[in-house]
Amino acid sequence: MRRQGNGANVAGGTGSQGAQNGYWLLAPTLAVMALGLAAPLGLVAVYSLKNQTGISLSEGWTLAQYGEVLGRASYRTLFWRSLGISGLVTLVTVLLAYPMAYFVAFKARRAKFVWLIALTIPFWTSYLLRVFAWKIILGFDGVINSGLMRLGLIDHPLTFLLYNPFSVVVTLAHAWAAFAILPIYVSLEKIDRSLLEAATDLGDGPLRRFLRVTLPLSMPGVIGAAVLIFVPTTGDYVTPTLVGGPAGSMIANVIEIQFGRIGNWPMGSALALVSMTAVALVAGAFVLLARWATARVR
Amino acid sequence: MAYLSIRQVSKAFGGPPVVDAVDLEVPQGRFFALLGPSGCGKTTLLRMIAGFETPDSGTIAIDGEVMNAIPPHLRPTNMVFQSYAIFPHLSVFDNIAYGLRKLRLPKNELKARVEAMLATVRLEGLSGRGAGQLSGGQRQRVALARALVRQPKLLLLDEPLAALDKRLREAMQVELRQLQRQVGITFLMVTHDQEEALSLADQVAVMNNGKILQVASPRELYERPNCREVADFIGEINFFHATVKAVDGDRVTVNGGLLGVVALPRANILFDAAVGDALLLAIRPEDIGFADAGLAGTLAASTFLGETTLFQVQVAGRSDPIVVSNYFDPPSKDVHLNFPPDMLIGLPES
Repeated sequence: MRRQGNGANVAGGTGSQGAQNGYWLLAPTLAVMALGLAAPLGLVAVYSLKNQTGISLSEGWTLAQYGEVLGRASYRTLFWRSLGISGLVTLVTVLLAYPMAYFVAFKARRAKFVWLIALTIPFWTSYLLRVFAWKIILGFDGVINSGLMRLGLIDHPLTFLLYNPFSVVVTLAHAWAAFAILPIYVSLEKIDRSLLEAATDLGDGPLRRFLRVTLPLSMPGVIGAAVLIFVPTTGDYVTPTLVGGPAGSMIANVIEIQFGRIGNWPMGSALALVSMTAVALVAGAFVLLARWATARVR
Repeated sequence: MAYLSIRQVSKAFGGPPVVDAVDLEVPQGRFFALLGPSGCGKTTLLRMIAGFETPDSGTIAIDGEVMNAIPPHLRPTNMVFQSYAIFPHLSVFDNIAYGLRKLRLPKNELKARVEAMLATVRLEGLSGRGAGQLSGGQRQRVALARALVRQPKLLLLDEPLAALDKRLREAMQVELRQLQRQVGITFLMVTHDQEEALSLADQVAVMNNGKILQVASPRELYERPNCREVADFIGEINFFHATVKAVDGDRVTVNGGLLGVVALPRANILFDAAVGDALLLAIRPEDIGFADAGLAGTLAASTFLGETTLFQVQVAGRSDPIVVSNYFDPPSKDVHLNFPPDMLIGLPES
C-alpha cells in the first residue's frame, strides 16, 4: 500500500489521493477477478465440502470427497501422470526454447524483430487446429507413417506415435513453445554484454562463461517460462482428449467427466482443488530449487 | 624492447579506418595513458589488445609473444571495464575470486589471495556484500581487484574514472596512481580527460582520427607539443601565424604578425625550420603577462577559476580572443599584453 502511494506521488497529487487514483486504475481488473475468479473458486470450495445423493446436495459439511480423491488409486495414477506429463512438457519446451531464444538474443543482429514475429506464427492458427494438425502428422495413416512406408522403411504403420503420453507431450510442447521462448529471450536480452566480455577477460571459454554468467542471469526467464508452461498444461484437457487416448488421459479429463457426464459436482470440485494445490506446490518447489541452484553458481 | 609492442595495426568497421596503421611501444611497469577525443579509436585499440576485436592488419605482442591468434580468455591481460561489469549474481568475494576458480587453488589459498586483494583496494570487510549494495567507488575497486588478483602482465583500463563524480574521481586518481606503484603491473589506460591522463600517467600517447600524434611524458606534452592538434587538445593555448625571418646560432627570428618581430630560442622551434617557412607560434595562457606596454587589447570576458582567472582579451586585427590566465585582475578593461619570447614555441603550420 505504501509503495503504491509513493509511486502515485510521483505522478502528482498528495499521497492518499494518489493511492486512491491507483486503486481506480486497478478497479476494472479487480472487478473481473472478483466475479470471474474468486467467486467461482469460492463456489467450487463450497461444493467440494458437500455430499451428493441423486441430484440434491447434503445439508452439512463433509471431507468425504477429499478422502475419496486421495484414497482412490486410479485418481492417484491420474495425478501423477498429469504432473509427469506436464513436467516433461515443461522440460522439453524449455530445453528446445532456450537455444532459439539464445539465437535471437545474441546471434540475430538486425533481423531480431522478424525472428520474434516468425516465432509467433504458429499462434496465428487456433489451438484446436494445431492439435488436429498433430493428429494428422502422428496418426495411423498420418504424415509420418505414410512417409516412412512410402520410403519402404517400415511395413506396418507405427502405432506408438498417437494416443499415448508421447503424443500429448509432443503436441503440448509445440503448442506452448512461444510462451517459453519469449520470457527466456527477454531475460537474455537484458544481460549486459560487458558482463560476458568480463567473464571472457577473466579466463572463461565460451562454455564456462555460459554456465557461470549467461545461464544464472537468464534463470528468471527460465523459471518464468517453466511456471508459465507447467501450470496450464497440468490442467489441459483438450490435448489429452484429442491425442491422448486412454493411456494419455489426464486429471482434467476426469474433472470434466465429473462435472459433465457423471454430474457429481462435489467430486469434480474436490478433484479440481486438489489438482490446483498440487500444481501450486510443485511450481513453488521449482522456483525455490531454481533459486537455490542459481545461488550455488560461482 | 618494449613490453607491449603494437606494429602497423589497423582496424575498420566497414568504413574509414578507426585505427590507422598505429605503432606503439609501452615499457614495462609504467602507467601509460591513451588520450584522445571520443571516437578517435583509442577504445578500439584497447579492445584489440584485450582480444575483443581482431586487427585487420598488423601485430600486437606482449612480452615478446605475438597475441593476434590468441583468444581473449587466454591472453595475459585483464580489463577494468568502463561500466565495471560487476557480476550482479555474485558477492564481492566471488566477483574477485571469479578469475581464480579455474586455477583450482586450495580453499584457504584462494581465500588468502582474495582477502589480500581486498585489503590492497581497501575493501576489507565487504567480501560478503552483493554487487547491488555497492557504491560507485566501491564497484570500481571491485573491478580493479578482480582484474589485478589474476596478476596480469598488462592491466587495461577503459575510462576507469568516467562514471564517478568529480570529488571521488580526484580521490581515486591518487589511489590508482599509488596502486600502480604498489603492484608494479603495467597499466594501460584509455581516457578522453586530458587532466586525468596528465596527472596519472608516466607516459601519454595522444590519439586522433585513428592515428597516434605524439607519445611523451605529461610535462613534455604540455610544454612541447609536436603539432597543433596535440597543443590544442592538452589545455588552453593561443596560436599566431608567423614566418621565419632568420636563423642565427641558438636564436630564430620570426615575423610574428601581431606579436611583431620576435627572436626565440632555437630549442623552442619543434620542427626543422628554414628561412621563409611558415610556422605557428603557440603560447599558454599562464605565460602571457599583463604589462604597461605591449600588444593592446580590451577585456571581453573573464572566468573565475578559484586560484586563477581566465581572461578573454579582444585584440584589433584578430577574430578570436587571446586567452590569458592570471592571479590578479588587470587595473582596467584596456590592457597591454606581454609575450616573453622564451615562452613561445614554434609548431609546423599544418
